[in-house]
Amino acid sequence: MFDYTYLPAPNLIPSIVEMMLKIVFIFSMNMGVFAPLLGWVERKQSALMQDRIGANRAEIFGFTVFGLLHTVTDAIKLLTKEDFIPRGADRPLHYLAPFIAVVPSLVAFAVIPFGGKYMLWGHEVNLVIADLNVGMLYVFAVASLATYGAVIAGWASNNSWSMLGSMRVGAQMLSYEVAMGLTLVGIFMVYGSLQLTTIGMAQENFFHWGIFLQPLGFILFIACALAENKRTPFDMPEAESELIAGYFTEYSGLKFAMFWMAEFLEMVTIAAVLVALFFGGWHIPFITHQGLIAAMGYLFGANFGAIAAMIIHVAVFWLKVVVWIMILMLIRWSLPRFRFDQVMKLGWKIVLPLALANIFITGLVLLAVR
Amino acid sequence: MQLLIFYGFGFFALFSGIAMIMSRQPVTSALLMVVNMFCLAGLYAQLGAHLIAVLQVMVYAGAIMVLVLFVIMFLNLREKAGIVSKHGVMMQALGIAALGFVITAIIAKLDMAKLPAAKAPAADFGSVAAIGRVLFTDYLLPFEITSVLLLAAIVGAVVLAKRKV
Repeated sequence: MFDYTYLPAPNLIPSIVEMMLKIVFIFSMNMGVFAPLLGWVERKQSALMQDRIGANRAEIFGFTVFGLLHTVTDAIKLLTKEDFIPRGADRPLHYLAPFIAVVPSLVAFAVIPFGGKYMLWGHEVNLVIADLNVGMLYVFAVASLATYGAVIAGWASNNSWSMLGSMRVGAQMLSYEVAMGLTLVGIFMVYGSLQLTTIGMAQENFFHWGIFLQPLGFILFIACALAENKRTPFDMPEAESELIAGYFTEYSGLKFAMFWMAEFLEMVTIAAVLVALFFGGWHIPFITHQGLIAAMGYLFGANFGAIAAMIIHVAVFWLKVVVWIMILMLIRWSLPRFRFDQVMKLGWKIVLPLALANIFITGLVLLAVR
Repeated sequence: MQLLIFYGFGFFALFSGIAMIMSRQPVTSALLMVVNMFCLAGLYAQLGAHLIAVLQVMVYAGAIMVLVLFVIMFLNLREKAGIVSKHGVMMQALGIAALGFVITAIIAKLDMAKLPAAKAPAADFGSVAAIGRVLFTDYLLPFEITSVLLLAAIVGAVVLAKRKV
């Protein structure tokens, strides 16, 4: 049953190179583009919304580059700050928690397709790192692990505020995970698959986008996703006015930055999932996947045409993701916070029953249509 | 390659399992158990049972262990000097040794030739559709009975929680 050869067969090398390139691409998109830049975007967007100018003081020889240099100054500040561990803290767990928080949002990207399938020189390129049959369930599984980062951070800090924060994280994330799974069952029923590439291909037709087929599921999912992301209006675990900073009160320097990064990367993941499930993934409205490849093939020849189509599709996907990140930030800066009991009530008494009703109605409609 | 991954997961599963029992800190124990479940999920995934692997992570590591951790934190169980007598440790060591001996004896007695030959799994083995089909045809009755059991558990939980109100 086992193959004892430790070296890959020569015919596998293109696939391995492809895999490596995809991983490097996703990793650099997340860590190189989104993680550092979203802080700047958040500052500037909130400034715009509140009629302020926003960060604009950091300069090199008089050039401020729209406040972009603040990203650099932030990085320097966080790198050089004292890394403080409070007395009585559980040192190994205190150290480990930020890592546990960051990793899930990075690995969740493995099953999200950022493009379709393309034939390049006889080798099929499928723009998803791991095209798993269980698809979306994998994202759920990984997202459920993200709870640990915050819960452990609060516990290991040996601080009552942090502890209260992590209790809230536990309760909130657990409640909304249940509801989040159920909100997407409707999508799975409509497209008949959990595999995100299959769902992506099924949304080729503009009117088959998830948002049109599952409007209620979309609203419920976005509520759950916001709650999982722990940002305002669901920022109970951090609750600056009550709990100082919740579970990461006792974190400073780079470890604090990692929690910050985890929050932003989670937002990117949520936006990507939203795009993949509800907004047609990499598809351009009214242009079919093969249609674009054929058109580009006509212009540039088969192989380079496929590459051109691939670049366009990937760009469209990331453009949609960026738009969604903007909308998520818009929500964060517009809505006031819930109270904790309101968060729980919303999760268990409103979102969960509505999600069940959504499944029931979807089933009835599917029965009637077929 | 496959074998290396198998040994990696297997080693970490064993290591975290032993460390979980040995740890004195309840929270550390709970976390090591999560690591153990994660390794088991890795082993399932390697067998091609992706759905089982994902459910293992989602249900056990992601939900149940969070609840366990939640309870540990709620009761604020910190490190306590355990009442472990030397006698008890000796008895435990003897017990483990005896169990190990019995298992080794059973494995030695096993006639490998008499075991049914391993069958190659179906092409869609472990996929969501395959498991769903089997669950709703061959194993429909156990599946439905499980749902009744879960319903009873939910009702029981509500009754227990509501008693104080």
